[in-house]
Amino acid sequence: MALDKTTVANIAVLARIDVEEDRMEALAGELSGILNWIEQLGEVNTDGVAPMTSVADLALAWREDKVTDGGYQDRVLANAPEQQDGCFTVPKVME
Amino acid sequence: MSELTKLTIGEARDGMAKGAFTAVELTQAHLTAMEKARALNAYITETPDLALSRAEASQVRIQSGKAGSMEGIPVGIKDLFCTEGVKTTAGSKILGDFVPPYESFVSRKLKDAGAVMLGKTNLDEFAMGSSNETSASGSCVSPWTRSGDDTKLVPGGSSGGSASAVAARIAMAATGTDTGGSIRQPAAFCGIVGLKPTYGRCSRWGIVAFASSLDQAGPMTRTVGDAAIMLRAMAGHDPMDSTSAPVEVPNFEAALTGDIRGLKIGLPKEYRPEGLDPEIAALWDRGAEMLRDAGAEVVEVSLPHTKYALATYYIIAPAEASSNLARYDGVRYGLRVDGNSLDDMYRKTRAAGFGEEVRRRILVGTYALSAGYYDAYYLKAQKVRALIAEDFKTAFKTVDAILTPTTPTAAFGLGEEVNDPVTMYLNDVFTVPTSLAGLPGLSVPVGLSSTGLPLGLQLVGRYFDEETVLNVGSVLEKAAGFSALPKGLEG
Repeated sequence: MALDKTTVANIAVLARIDVEEDRMEALAGELSGILNWIEQLGEVNTDGVAPMTSVADLALAWREDKVTDGGYQDRVLANAPEQQDGCFTVPKVME
Repeated sequence: MSELTKLTIGEARDGMAKGAFTAVELTQAHLTAMEKARALNAYITETPDLALSRAEASQVRIQSGKAGSMEGIPVGIKDLFCTEGVKTTAGSKILGDFVPPYESFVSRKLKDAGAVMLGKTNLDEFAMGSSNETSASGSCVSPWTRSGDDTKLVPGGSSGGSASAVAARIAMAATGTDTGGSIRQPAAFCGIVGLKPTYGRCSRWGIVAFASSLDQAGPMTRTVGDAAIMLRAMAGHDPMDSTSAPVEVPNFEAALTGDIRGLKIGLPKEYRPEGLDPEIAALWDRGAEMLRDAGAEVVEVSLPHTKYALATYYIIAPAEASSNLARYDGVRYGLRVDGNSLDDMYRKTRAAGFGEEVRRRILVGTYALSAGYYDAYYLKAQKVRALIAEDFKTAFKTVDAILTPTTPTAAFGLGEEVNDPVTMYLNDVFTVPTSLAGLPGLSVPVGLSSTGLPLGLQLVGRYFDEETVLNVGSVLEKAAGFSALPKGLEG
């Protein structure tokens, strides 16, 4: 499948990554190349095949619903690019 | 080269126990060698002070008879494992100066076993690559060169720094992670041993996530015996990783009996496509002959969906990556580029922080998971993945292990394959099927190419049967007698 620039721009919005306008054309070509190559999976008959969602044939473990971790705000915030009063800060989201 | 940096883990362990040298001397020999080999760019961060203090502590434990299984062994830790108090980059700009406040399960287990961390090794950004050329810290170089040709070669990837360091004798062993071949391919390129254990054998907790249904940590060493020692120290159940298997960790070293009489080894016919490099085909034939000579029965098997494995992988891995890497948003850690709104800040941060290949994969993955395309791409890939796993299941009804080439070629030069993503992806054609099935795969150096570069063969085993894989691997290792060294390290 060939992706056009508009589709690539939409994917970039979904992925929250700015793509420079002058890179859009080349990127559309690269992504189309990868997707065209992937299209070969269409040849495989998968009727009635259950999707493999995990390698580990494990039932998820249960545990008591109680707090087992936490109480170290300083460590959680230690790598924050910006913080204030013990909270992460972000640009204003409401007017 | 110092005699001490030539030793295997087994030899070093015995030497320290006998008092022939101390843990501090062993670590110091490696630190000195590291300084001289900086041109390889194998380490992103060196931790000499930490290493010496841990080596001193190791020496005390050795003298008081409390040595762990990796006591005093100098190792490199791939910079994808979070290490408490030591910068962890994942080879990306987006993690900025991230210093983890915790230690990954695997690196903590190694530390508890006495291993001495020398530093954090280079890798492709977020482990996405087969050449170590996508690292934000610059390409790592292999210590190997072609005979009579000084072209700089890639060490393979993504665990390129680990492979280069172990091959160059600036780490006795190193950790790697493998999502589609990232331990086995660089091991083959650098002439060392690399083991991707069964999915679930080693906890993923504290390892920067790439594709969670595929990622698995494993040892990169110079001998099969060392891989057995190191895997035992890395493995084990961890309640913090819900896919970590609650199975017992055997003494892998004890499984290396060298006796493979009566074992059945399968050669998958689909791994011999038209156009397979005759040199690789010949190496594979020689490997099969070695196992036959050691008393194994070698038979042909069929893995009919092999040709679809790479395409399946290049949907599943980017899809999971696009989801995993959503966490890099400039809010809680790592790089932040200011914007005029929250969304703008996200988009600018991610554009500045991710490199080309990571961005490409996030976009492919986002597309494969987007409304209207999910069934056609992701769901379809999961179904083909089930068929690939079923192929192996069927084969393992009749054979005990499978022998294949590890890579379709020897190492290539820096910059030779970066321009075409699909050509680069083909490096993993023999390793990806095993990853999709979640099975253990071991690469053993078996010979040299006509250009003087290492070539490896891969052994694949049943779920949680690393013991057979390692035992057959040790037979192959002995028969092959691979003893070549990179230029400058001979003698």
